[in-house]
Amino acid sequence: MTNFFEKSDLSRNQAEDIVSETLQKCDDGELYLENSKSESILLDDNKIKNSSYNSDLGFGFRAISDEIVAYSHSNEISKNSLKQSSRNLKSTLRSAKGNYNHFIPKSNKRYYENFNPIDQKTLNEKIEILNKVNNYIRSKNKNVKQVTANFLGEHKSIEIIRSGGETLSDVRPLIRFNVSVMLENNGRKETGVYGIGGRKSYNSYLKDNNWKNVCDEALRIASVNLESKPAPAGEMKVVLGPGWPAILIHEAVGHGLEGDFNRKKTSAFHDLMGQKVASEGVTIIDDGTIDNRRGSLTIDDEGTPTEKTVLIENGILKNFMQDRLNARLMKTRSTGSGRRENYRHIVLPRMRNTMMLSGKQTQDEMIKAVNKGIFAVSFGGGQVDITSGKFVFNCTEAYEIINGKIGSPIKGATLIGDGPSILKEVSMVGNDMMLDPGIGTCGKAGQGVPVGVAQPSILINKMTVGGTKL
Amino acid sequence: MIKNQEFLKKKASYCIDLVKKLGATGSSVIVNHSVSETVNFRNQKLDESNRSDDLGIDITIYFGKKKSSISSSNLLNDNLNTLIEKCIETTKNTPDDEFNSLPDKDLLAKEVKDLDLYDDTHLENDQKIDYLKKLEASASDDEKIINTESSFTQNKSNFILANSEGFCNGYKTSSFTAYSVAVAKNEKSMERDYEYSSKCFLKDLDDAEELGKLAADQTIRKLNPKKIGTEKISIIFDKRIAKGILSNFASAISSSAISRGTSFLKDKINQKIFSDKIKIIDKPDIPKGLGSRNFDSEGVKTDTLKLVEQGILKHYLIDTYNGKKLNLKSNGRCGGTSNLYFENGNINFKDLLNLNPKSLYITETIGHGSNIVTGDYSVGATGFLIENGEFKYPINEITIAGNFKDMFQNVTLANDLNFKYATNSPTMMIEGMVVAGK
Repeated sequence: MTNFFEKSDLSRNQAEDIVSETLQKCDDGELYLENSKSESILLDDNKIKNSSYNSDLGFGFRAISDEIVAYSHSNEISKNSLKQSSRNLKSTLRSAKGNYNHFIPKSNKRYYENFNPIDQKTLNEKIEILNKVNNYIRSKNKNVKQVTANFLGEHKSIEIIRSGGETLSDVRPLIRFNVSVMLENNGRKETGVYGIGGRKSYNSYLKDNNWKNVCDEALRIASVNLESKPAPAGEMKVVLGPGWPAILIHEAVGHGLEGDFNRKKTSAFHDLMGQKVASEGVTIIDDGTIDNRRGSLTIDDEGTPTEKTVLIENGILKNFMQDRLNARLMKTRSTGSGRRENYRHIVLPRMRNTMMLSGKQTQDEMIKAVNKGIFAVSFGGGQVDITSGKFVFNCTEAYEIINGKIGSPIKGATLIGDGPSILKEVSMVGNDMMLDPGIGTCGKAGQGVPVGVAQPSILINKMTVGGTKL
Repeated sequence: MIKNQEFLKKKASYCIDLVKKLGATGSSVIVNHSVSETVNFRNQKLDESNRSDDLGIDITIYFGKKKSSISSSNLLNDNLNTLIEKCIETTKNTPDDEFNSLPDKDLLAKEVKDLDLYDDTHLENDQKIDYLKKLEASASDDEKIINTESSFTQNKSNFILANSEGFCNGYKTSSFTAYSVAVAKNEKSMERDYEYSSKCFLKDLDDAEELGKLAADQTIRKLNPKKIGTEKISIIFDKRIAKGILSNFASAISSSAISRGTSFLKDKINQKIFSDKIKIIDKPDIPKGLGSRNFDSEGVKTDTLKLVEQGILKHYLIDTYNGKKLNLKSNGRCGGTSNLYFENGNINFKDLLNLNPKSLYITETIGHGSNIVTGDYSVGATGFLIENGEFKYPINEITIAGNFKDMFQNVTLANDLNFKYATNSPTMMIEGMVVAGK
């Protein structure tokens, strides 16, 4: 636990007084303090290309009156700096006449241990594993032309001071291990990428030569892509594999169910609460409470304990994801979804681990049901236009399906669809729900936060595949 | 207030001296400070104010051919001492890399020209609010507009880059940015579009009312979109999308992608990669330029580069490390390009629309569909169908795909270049791409 006032001319009591005084006539707000340490070690081109360490300390001070948010942040935790922020907030909210809402739910549950991943292994141990990774991949396949592997470790302490001096805190570890391989054969180059991560210790990710599985998977994807042919273009059936392809759910419906877009009525879902938005059998939840997952949080960045929020139940839209601001304005409660990248950013309602739950069918049945279509196993990034509801994502491993059988691998193509209607096109839900390996980062309004996704195999009746083969 | 050069220099030399005392063979330090104030409006009312005060330091330490770096936002000497000691330990334990080195001394920038990048004007939040009121009133004028969100940001920055070879330089920059997003709705559809203006000097910023009206008009014309069939069709990229294709080109000629062999443009120097008349220039010394700079992020001087002439690739973008690996001298492009642009073509916008009886005009793309290794390009797109030079109707839920190698050979440019961003292109037509729709 960081003592944010240890080396400052500002005492905790003084900070509490400034917070209470500033937020007097406001509806909500808090002082958010953050101390984060992160480390990155990168092997590339047969060498340790980069080892870097970042230490970041700062505060963000927020005051809310009705719909208006005033925010000020600085990396100087001092009396002067906090007072300047206070003046700045007050100048924006001169006419505030609110009643501070002191209520914040409490919970003793924790979803990860308090440890610092950076100190768990020495630099030399990490370098040694990266070198092993490089040698292992290069010895397995003579076509390997490039290997990139890296470790990212982060340790973040946060503290939230609310008006009246109520204090909430959390310590969050995060690890990610990533491998990228480029193969070249007959002048053709293709890449394969795979990674693992979450809020567990290095040892649990790397024990029993676990890193070899990550290398094998990256190499396998690159080898598949080396054999790929141009993707078809046009509307067709799509089978999605389990696990990571759930970023389709994240893009297609997840963002559209975040409270802010619905309060502002800019989401295509804003007037669909209680209505049927998905096929029967489709249930989607957003869960911050799975132990040690990348998207899990003990409390969100406003101090609300996270929870398992049912978004869509058996096809019916049940809940939006809410932070305190949007919950208050929409006359509902926060779902513990208020998140920010760091103290430089305001809180927004965000996803945690977004999951479609299992149904009854098998992947085999889905493939057999397709005459002409594609089977998408893994994706790169995705994006959505909240207002029109159109979303895309890019396949990094996909195959054609012809007459109920999986055929040749196809080149990376973009899939495009319509968020509000795509879930109505889901005609089979598999019995094989899987969590992603722990690598997702979601971007919104310039802020990146770690998230998770999960889903079973699903069959979508109709999507547009953006290939080049007519 | 933005910290002055003296304060930043003092911090930088403190670190360089300490690192030297602890036995390192070299170091470089960047100290920067930026203060940024934003006001956001929504539906003609104040929605958010945001002030950010960011001080940061990056230190890179060399022990012979060993290198490591740290960064922090805490500039108290106590903290710097701890971090530097930690970094020294890490550097010693990092393996050698023969290409690690500070830039060659004779390549470092000798003089710092005044490029007119700093406007001292300070705009109080009330004045920002006045601008946004005018902007949003104009954006909300049409009843089809159901939501508007706009912002005004003033940013002031100052930095110092110093290294153990005696380089120590920096300067202030400023920017004033206005942004407006509108949502339009009718019985059949809801659409969103935006307009934006960013300038070094406040007085050069676009008029509030014009900006708001553009955002609204561009949104309304997207209502009632249709999906079209799957076919090969000539594509016209609006300037705001065409600049992205130029950025992809820049990523593909970065010396790091070239030296790692992960670019489709590797070994293409002195070869024809674009259609005949294409010229691409990176010009760092444009007064008030959004990408202007005196030196790159290693302190190396930056001269104007004619990257592509008559369609032929003439230069990569080279930094010190990858330059040494490729046996080439740095051309001052560590951190990327400055003001990068295509020179104008010789046909006007209207004639470009008329070149084919039918084409697609793209105003927005979504997705991360550019692959620099293979050159494959596939993105989701929104735009308009053009027939006989006329905008017929809006199009959405389509993808456009091709490969940069072929796309670049089929580029035709209009003569409507302006310098709205740091990377700029005239309106661009590319033939032979595939559209996937129904």
